[in-house]
Amino acid sequence: MSKAKSKVTVAIHKLTSCSGCQLAFLNQGKALLSLLEIVEFKHFIEAGVYEPDAKVDLAFIEGSVSTPEDLKRLQEVRNNAKLLVSIGACATSGGVQALRNLADGDVWKRGVYPHPEFIATLDTSTPVAEHVKIDFELWGCPITVQQIRHFVQQLTLGTLPQPEMEKLCMECKRQQNVCVVVTRQAPCLGPVTRTGCGALCPEFGKACYGCFGASEQPNARSLANRFSGLGLVSEEVAQRFAAIHSHEPAFKAQVEHWQGLSVREIE
Amino acid sequence: MTTKARKINLKVPFVTRLEGEGALELTTKGNDIDKLHLKIFEPPRLFESFLQGKSYKDVPDLSARICGICPMAYQLTSIQAMETLFGVQLPEHIIRLRRLMNLGEWLQSHALHIHFLAAPDIYGFDSALQMAGEYPEFLQRGMLIQEAGNSLMTLLGGRSVHPVGLQVGGFTKLPNAEKWLHCLTLVEHALPAAKQLVKWSSELELPDYSHDFLCVSLKGEKAFPINSGDIQISNGLVITPAQYPEHFKEHQTRHSTAFYSLLDGHDYLVGPLARMNNSFHLLHEDVKQVAKEYGLKFPNQNMHTSIQARALECFSALHESLGILQQGLPEGEANVAYDIKAGECHFCTEAPRGLIYHYYDLDDEGKVLKCSIIPPTSQNQARIEKDLHFSVKQFGLDKSDKELKYFCERIIRNYDPCISCSTHFLDFKRIQK
Repeated sequence: MSKAKSKVTVAIHKLTSCSGCQLAFLNQGKALLSLLEIVEFKHFIEAGVYEPDAKVDLAFIEGSVSTPEDLKRLQEVRNNAKLLVSIGACATSGGVQALRNLADGDVWKRGVYPHPEFIATLDTSTPVAEHVKIDFELWGCPITVQQIRHFVQQLTLGTLPQPEMEKLCMECKRQQNVCVVVTRQAPCLGPVTRTGCGALCPEFGKACYGCFGASEQPNARSLANRFSGLGLVSEEVAQRFAAIHSHEPAFKAQVEHWQGLSVREIE
Repeated sequence: MTTKARKINLKVPFVTRLEGEGALELTTKGNDIDKLHLKIFEPPRLFESFLQGKSYKDVPDLSARICGICPMAYQLTSIQAMETLFGVQLPEHIIRLRRLMNLGEWLQSHALHIHFLAAPDIYGFDSALQMAGEYPEFLQRGMLIQEAGNSLMTLLGGRSVHPVGLQVGGFTKLPNAEKWLHCLTLVEHALPAAKQLVKWSSELELPDYSHDFLCVSLKGEKAFPINSGDIQISNGLVITPAQYPEHFKEHQTRHSTAFYSLLDGHDYLVGPLARMNNSFHLLHEDVKQVAKEYGLKFPNQNMHTSIQARALECFSALHESLGILQQGLPEGEANVAYDIKAGECHFCTEAPRGLIYHYYDLDDEGKVLKCSIIPPTSQNQARIEKDLHFSVKQFGLDKSDKELKYFCERIIRNYDPCISCSTHFLDFKRIQK
């Protein structure tokens, strides 16, 4: 049992999520084996390591707070970790399940479950930062292997990385992709979305749907107006922003604004 | 027995090494099982509600988020359901590329399951991470296969978790030659590793608690089925996806938030072993030859051979992928045009861990009025409980809690339940009355 004292102890916890962000650890290939030389996983259920109450140097948290149990667990995780890092859309903005925040969650629950009374759930799905102090956030749906690698690398140098908040458009231009808004009149969220995915959707000839969340200084209202100019009716404009990060304030403002418009139009 | 009923409440940690989290509660009375519940506490994410009102175009990107381990299965099932409704006729090369991407998803999921989740049981470790020091080659072999699978998904979808390339009518873009060749190299390297994996799986000393159960999978005509066809049941019944709701009914119980699905009132199996049992004869001759060489026999009723079914599917998937890649990068359009139509549609595909069923009712603008999504885990849930019931009794209730827990976990893991489309687990709880 050679256990170097200097290894960083790590826990990976999951609240309400699809487990896709944890895969960024298991999908690393051989790099995972070298990662094991510098970190020791204390809790990582998907990899079979179980010690939920372990005190650790670093805890990653995936998933949103959508049940009373989530909330309780999150508080315990915070107390047991020196550094707490939220990973993925669910943890950073409430995720796709935060769409319920815009609706009457109870009615929705009745729509899916014949016995909603068996289900213990909160009315909303919220990001972890609304409940506890967070030391760093890795945005993305899903986060990437590169984000994890960069983060751990910076940490071993004794610092937290600079948050990546640049607009997707910048990365897209550097890749010399053809702009899908200009050439296809596609309602691309690139101008207001955080970089990090590698500008995948435009590269694939598709409009960005904002899975990395809002960028720095997002001029979402102006982009939404542009979508309207491209011929989208107001409900469609609202739907563009009501996808993966509907609870993120800049996107939520547009959902509420354009949804309201469509109701007035109908009236 | 005149002594007062004794109640022992034991709490044993999570059933770990599931993708997601689950838990088991076992209540025994003397030598009988009083109650046995696989508990799945799914924080409800209400997909079927929030998809209502969404455009059919947005459905694949949203439904993918049900599961990070088999996102493509959710995307493709919804896309193909809508293509059925719209009457989209796909050219051969698009069908071939979708199959290639599907094979990639099977590969990455199976490789993850075998090497990270199941192998520690076999080598007597708590986790794959602990195995890294002693069995690095074993894990590296797994990573080689996993990487080949991920590369195929990335080739056609940009990334392996929540890929972006699929759409109604085909793909948003066809891959380029450089990436195609990169995949070819990875698949070539992984193929001998997968053959070794089949050999390895054939040498395992697997427990045998064979018993009768129904196997449900897609029905293939010429090839091993993955993303098209009717549904076949091992009792001889064949139905179309549209007839699914007539035969398969879901119900909810107090102890679990995942639904239970029953086929005409019976539990049933979906997944790799169900596929092998129903369609072994459709595998490529080379694959059958490898199975024969290492003495793998399908059909069989031993759930513990699921790991062999997965290993053989890995070899088969790589073998077929290599064939597709060697044909060269297809030319032609990335997608075909279609007209939106209103109406109902049903479709089933084979996710890595079993059959997925999707149903949509769309209006004339292509907006979702109603939908239903039945993942493999809720289909297997009743079967897992039945299996546990049968096997645990055979194993012996006089065994220690530790032995029982380990035994039950291993049985549950055979099904590779993707409880992330569900849960927060609880814990293994045994109550002796």
